[in-house]
Amino acid sequence: MISLACELAGVQLSNPILMASGTFGFGKPYAALYPLDKLGGIVTKGLTLQARPGNTGTRVFETDSGLINSIGLENPGIPTFLEREWEEMMQYGTAIIVNLGGGSIREYAEGAMLITEASRESKKNGRRAVDMIELNISCPNVKEGGLQYGVDTDRAREVVRAVRMATDLPLLVKLSPSARDLTEMARMCEAEGADGLSLINTIQAMAIDIRKKRSVFDGLYAGLSGPAIKPIALRMVHQVSHAVDIPVIGIGGIASAEDILEFIMAGAAAVQIGTYNFMRLRAGAALEDELRELMAQEGIRSLDEIRGII
Amino acid sequence: MANVLVNNKLAPDIYQLTVEGEYHASMGQFYMLRCWGAFPVLSRPISVHDINEGTISFLYRVSGTGTRLLSQLKPGNQLQLEGPLGRGFPEPEGRTAIIGGGMGIAPLLLAARRLPDSRVFLGFAGDPFAVSAFHAIHADVHVVSGGTIADYVEPSEYDTILACGPVPLMELLAHRTKGTGAKLFFSVEKRMACGIGACSGCTVRIDGVNRRVCVEGPVFSAGEVDFHDLLSL
Ligand SMILES: Cc1cc2nc3c(=O)[nH]c(=O)nc-3n(C[C@H](O)[C@H](O)[C@H](O)COP(=O)(O)OP(=O)(O)OC[C@H]3O[C@@H](n4cnc5c(N)ncnc54)[C@H](O)[C@@H]3O)c2cc1C
Ligand SMILES: Cc1cc2nc3c(=O)[nH]c(=O)nc-3n(C[C@H](O)[C@H](O)[C@H](O)COP(=O)(O)O)c2cc1C
Ligand code: FES
Repeated sequence: MISLACELAGVQLSNPILMASGTFGFGKPYAALYPLDKLGGIVTKGLTLQARPGNTGTRVFETDSGLINSIGLENPGIPTFLEREWEEMMQYGTAIIVNLGGGSIREYAEGAMLITEASRESKKNGRRAVDMIELNISCPNVKEGGLQYGVDTDRAREVVRAVRMATDLPLLVKLSPSARDLTEMARMCEAEGADGLSLINTIQAMAIDIRKKRSVFDGLYAGLSGPAIKPIALRMVHQVSHAVDIPVIGIGGIASAEDILEFIMAGAAAVQIGTYNFMRLRAGAALEDELRELMAQEGIRSLDEIRGII
Repeated sequence: MANVLVNNKLAPDIYQLTVEGEYHASMGQFYMLRCWGAFPVLSRPISVHDINEGTISFLYRVSGTGTRLLSQLKPGNQLQLEGPLGRGFPEPEGRTAIIGGGMGIAPLLLAARRLPDSRVFLGFAGDPFAVSAFHAIHADVHVVSGGTIADYVEPSEYDTILACGPVPLMELLAHRTKGTGAKLFFSVEKRMACGIGACSGCTVRIDGVNRRVCVEGPVFSAGEVDFHDLLSL
């Protein structure tokens, strides 16, 4: 049988298929549908130090082959996550990656410290640690923080440096397609000690309600995901993975085993599945086997054979 | 995958879809329906209209791409049903009114079936549709077309009111029920992506707290629902 086991930023994964932040909650809604130990890992909903109520008005809007969301980082805050959700997530038997958001450098750093302490405590008690932190400097849906750090390399450097200082956990940085210079951004993260990169986050987008003569979203712009963004994401993953030596996790519109192979050929070490979870609630239960079948058909024995061949 | 038994047009753009299988759902719950591949991207939330031995049915209006695809289903075709989802109507206490406006009658047939002692009010802007099924299973059904159905119900005569319909009707009912002893519960709509509580895309503010329509709803106690959130579908 083809093995899909792999190592990512020093963490052993059963396969390279992870569930993307914001599309999987804290796992629980899907745990009711299928066993989550099939997954390579779960990335939590974006967490900030303080709880956030998220945006008002319309939050999800379907487009041709895509989805625009304006959730606005609604989350219970890191302390509440650690108290109420973390315990249950540990039981799922898959890698847990905490997606970290923030409104200021200080909030990011304190959040990272809290997660790191909790992880250390958990490990000391013989239980699962947090496997990685995914630093989100690319959320287009919040006014402060989020994307403002993801566009400019110098501003991003401050956040990455502060969080790197605050944690000894493996650190991924999630990049925005809005970065002014994507390869410069990626190289900066590598130089600052990131263990890997995730890309892409949603693409800033808009929809207008012509009858109400206003934007569909209270926040004017929102983030586009889904099959519509795949070709752009693929190009960016290709570009970045050839510019750095740390692993790159490919994200954006992946909706089949074929798509996964495309991202691996473009240079991705692993992938994340986002919007596809909504199109097919049991996607996570099936994709690993579908990938194996496709590889067998194509005569690919290991993903290492094809990684970055383009 | 489930098997389509019937997909009948009941009125212009109004269809009843009946699917084979043993289904268990409470009144007011919904399913995510899908009979296509990757496009359109999202599945469609549709309330349970009725459940009988060996079948479940849905009543829907063709209002866009997804419901048009549903309307093209033929007996023997397959579709995907994910559910039952959400929290439906509570078991009512005392004298109960069931009030539906337009397409809002969809989730109320099951309620009428399960609450034979209730009074049922169905209001339509134009010609009524799908009301014969209500008459067939319930003795006390009032159908009105034109005006607002709220004018035909005196909230103070009831202990519990279960309702579904357009937002202005819900607002009016909430307003008129205030100060009476009646408890008002209504089913609301909001755009959904996952339908299972994973994305926080369907929230509505109630008593100042975000509630996900797909898990904590779609039925809410009238309380302090923020209608702005509902209008911005
Ligand atoms: C809990 C719940 C129960 C529902 N029950 C019924 C029912 O029993 N019968 C019925 O006819 N309709 C019902 N609806 C509304 C139904 O979901 C929409 O009419 C349908 O999604 C429209 O899809 P479309 O592709 O035809 O329209 P389009 O306008 O092409 O849809 C575009 C997008 O907007 C979403 N959307 C459009 N209108 C609505 C709406 N009113 N509510 C939520 N999302 C919407 C669609 O899901 C889709 O993602 C219910 C909605 C909810 C939330
Ligand atoms: C509803 C929704 C919520 C999201 N929330 C977050 C988030 O909290 N943090 C984050 O880093 N990315 C978030 N994302 C972005 C996804 O993780 C992913 O990067 C993006 O959707 C592209 O992948 P996809 O096309 O497979 O969905 C969200 C996406 C969606 C659709
Ligand atoms: S639709 Fe995703 S949480 Fe309700």
